[in-house]
Amino acid sequence: MEFFKKRTSFRFMPLRKRWYAISAVLILASLAMLGTRGLNLGIDFTGGVVLELSFPQDADLDQVRGALAAAGHADATVQSFGTARDVLVRLLPSEGEDTAAVGQGVLEAVQSYEPGVQLRRTEVVGAQIGKELAEQGALAALFAFLMILAYVSMRFQWKLALGSIFAALHDPILVLGVFAAFQIPFDLATLAAILAVVGYSLNDTIVVFDRLRERFLMMRKGTSAEIIDLAINDTLSRTLMTSVTTLIAVFSLLFIAGDVLRGFSLALAIGVFVGTYSSIFVASSIALDLKLAARDLMPVQREKDAVDDMP
Amino acid sequence: MHTYPAWRLWLVAVVMALALVLALPNVFGEAPALHVSRDDRAAFTELTQAEVTGILAAKAVPVAASWLEDDRLVLRFDDATHQRQAREAIAAAAPRQYLVALSQAPRMPGWMRALGLKPMSLGLDLRGGVYFLYEVDVAGAVKQLLATMERDYRTLLRNERIPFIGIEPVGSDGVKIELRSSSDVQKVTDLLRRQDPGLTLEPNALGEGGTVTVRLTPDQVKQRQDFAIQQNITTLRNRVDELGVTEPIVARQGVDRITVQLPGVQDPNEALRVLGATATLEFRLVDDQNDAIEAERLGRAPLGSRLYKTRQGGPVLLKRDIIVSGEQLVDASSGFSEGQPAVFVKLDARGAAEMLETTRQNLGRPMAVVFIEKKRVKADEPCNGVRTGTECTEEEVISVATIQGVFSSNFQITGLLASEASELALLLRAGSLAAPLYIVEQRTVGPSLGQDNVERGFQALVVGLLGMFVFLAIYYRLFGLVACVVLFMNMVALTALMSLLQATLSLPGIAGIVLTVGMAADANVLIYERIREEVRNGMSPHAAISAGFDKAFSAIADSNITTLIAGVVLFTFGTGPVRGFAVTLCLGILTSLFSAILGSRALIHMIWGRQRKLDALPI
Repeated sequence: MEFFKKRTSFRFMPLRKRWYAISAVLILASLAMLGTRGLNLGIDFTGGVVLELSFPQDADLDQVRGALAAAGHADATVQSFGTARDVLVRLLPSEGEDTAAVGQGVLEAVQSYEPGVQLRRTEVVGAQIGKELAEQGALAALFAFLMILAYVSMRFQWKLALGSIFAALHDPILVLGVFAAFQIPFDLATLAAILAVVGYSLNDTIVVFDRLRERFLMMRKGTSAEIIDLAINDTLSRTLMTSVTTLIAVFSLLFIAGDVLRGFSLALAIGVFVGTYSSIFVASSIALDLKLAARDLMPVQREKDAVDDMP
Repeated sequence: MHTYPAWRLWLVAVVMALALVLALPNVFGEAPALHVSRDDRAAFTELTQAEVTGILAAKAVPVAASWLEDDRLVLRFDDATHQRQAREAIAAAAPRQYLVALSQAPRMPGWMRALGLKPMSLGLDLRGGVYFLYEVDVAGAVKQLLATMERDYRTLLRNERIPFIGIEPVGSDGVKIELRSSSDVQKVTDLLRRQDPGLTLEPNALGEGGTVTVRLTPDQVKQRQDFAIQQNITTLRNRVDELGVTEPIVARQGVDRITVQLPGVQDPNEALRVLGATATLEFRLVDDQNDAIEAERLGRAPLGSRLYKTRQGGPVLLKRDIIVSGEQLVDASSGFSEGQPAVFVKLDARGAAEMLETTRQNLGRPMAVVFIEKKRVKADEPCNGVRTGTECTEEEVISVATIQGVFSSNFQITGLLASEASELALLLRAGSLAAPLYIVEQRTVGPSLGQDNVERGFQALVVGLLGMFVFLAIYYRLFGLVACVVLFMNMVALTALMSLLQATLSLPGIAGIVLTVGMAADANVLIYERIREEVRNGMSPHAAISAGFDKAFSAIADSNITTLIAGVVLFTFGTGPVRGFAVTLCLGILTSLFSAILGSRALIHMIWGRQRKLDALPI
């Protein structure tokens, strides 16, 4: 089986204004969503208490809310989680309160009217720790980003490096935009997934650029745009194929692995789509507009000369 | 026919055989088990092992396997019922002799264990358990030290008859002594210097009066903070031992934090209660004028006395006046004195003065040590003491001894067993010196959720893998099947590496595996697409295979290195779930590089490489 029976020869570069426009609209929309709605940060980052309770039969959420309000937790968020029998209770931290005791209090409040309730999971994060985890996470993301960029600029010519940097920025912004737009809970694992998306997207871009370099050095005829299109077409079935295999894996996580990994797998799934788009349509377009030409990719002669000069 | 160096084939064969053996223990899964250790912390021997297995044989509890590991005995059972029966049988036959903890043990056969093979260890989210992050109030620890110094100086100046206006803490690291007369400044400075040459002293004579400010050096502050943390770690470790948890982790994290991980703990509140207990002690004189048994019968103590219980449960009457309480204790250690096990106790200046006075007047009379423990209890739980809200205070007389001589700041408590002496020293240190602890993060995964996570994670892995296999086989035909074998090899190699490094597998870790499998397919895709292309360009099948592998190499290397960078950074900066994901991501990239570049080429060579004439490739 093959995605394309013959050699494809799509012309991507002449339409690059259109791709820029699509990306610009999506990025602006994402930034607007992040600016207005913001991310629905989980307690990993805000601090607070989360309890997952398992009821012996379908849970009545209003009853749970009532019991919690009676115990002095009127501000608790109560929602069902996965099945109708599982309930997620979330409380924001309050200053100077013993958060561990709060969790215990919630459990006792619910157990007072339904003794069969089982505690599946609790997470208690102090506000200070939340702040630290957020800072640490942001720092890790930034650092990973810089390291990858350093590697790409070392391996590729700066015009290509800039293209891949843009693609690498483009993808997480869109994923974050979707998370903000639909208010999908964003936790530590999701942050890890975002970084994996950056890795995946660069992976895709680099494969295209690798071929681009090869094509530029091999071809003596043709404009830069034509050569770039050729390289993208060369790698097109591989790009799609890898997206499909990765998506098979990601979707099985999304639908089977359960709610704990939902945010994580969702971020990956969106990231794979966006990453595939950016590496086909956007990254090379930028390199072309930076006037990428064959001489940019010629092997540097200096090293050889240096060896020759040695006694 | 195309050539491929034989040593590479051998390398792949040897590595894969090794990986297969290393990964094998994971196939067998785990079964309920008991970890039995001796109460006196001595190592288990074959002899004691025979004793325990004898107990179980006598009660006809079937044991699936038993072996010695890390100075303790591991007993594995076929089901949880036998595990429970065995626990009860051991407790009934040899009470207080063994510590028995419920646990899980790998079900792999004995010869694998003999080879030192181990399965991957499961994280808290898969096994169920509790994770706490404590913050130690290090500033509070320093404050405690300053308060002790303040008390000591008061006593010192009073004893030396030097008049002073006041003594108070200054800043976060000093104590200021305000003197009435400036002529005393030099005297006090010398006095303090003699007492502790390490202190920084700032004498300051002002007109008639004067001050001496004592400051701790930054080193002393840090020392005190480290001491407080170490102290707390020791306390927590001992309380964790009390819980009977196997493979607990209690470790310092960063400057002022302690993480506690308790795998397999069913009830986090129980853990919280035991860990959160605080202990202290009091020294009191025994009331030997009145009859304790009579007082117990009447249910009230004579005036000026209080009724206590000893460890053995008997009544004892103690004077109401406390000689010395826990906060005056500076240090406690265990050892031997004249061949007898003893606890050496050191008191601060005020405590020493009180003790000197009391012992001088009460030579030959008995003195008692009262151990006081405060813990959190639920409303329906028993409390053998005074209950105030959810807090239960239990008091117990741990030792009654005759005052043999006059003593002050340093003395010893004898009349204990060696194991009791070390335990008491530990409790005294822990109970009186620990700086306040706060829980800043707590994560609990119930056992049912852990089980669910394992099942769902494993299902996702199998479904993802099968989906990919089917797709690859359809898309690349026979070469696709080779890719399936390579992906499977990758899984085996990854499992082997994780088991070898004893890396912990968590749910995000499983996600990492699923993701790396997806990305490992990419390396194969790159190679096959290249081979197809070379075939289309009119190359002969053998040449196309060689060219495909060679030309795909740089793309495979570049793309994997970028992902590896992201993985390493995640591992370095991340905690908890992020780290679990990063571990499998990084290891997965390494194994997929090996299996795709070396493994897949070796396989293809073995299938097609030896055929002299090859007209078309099944790709």
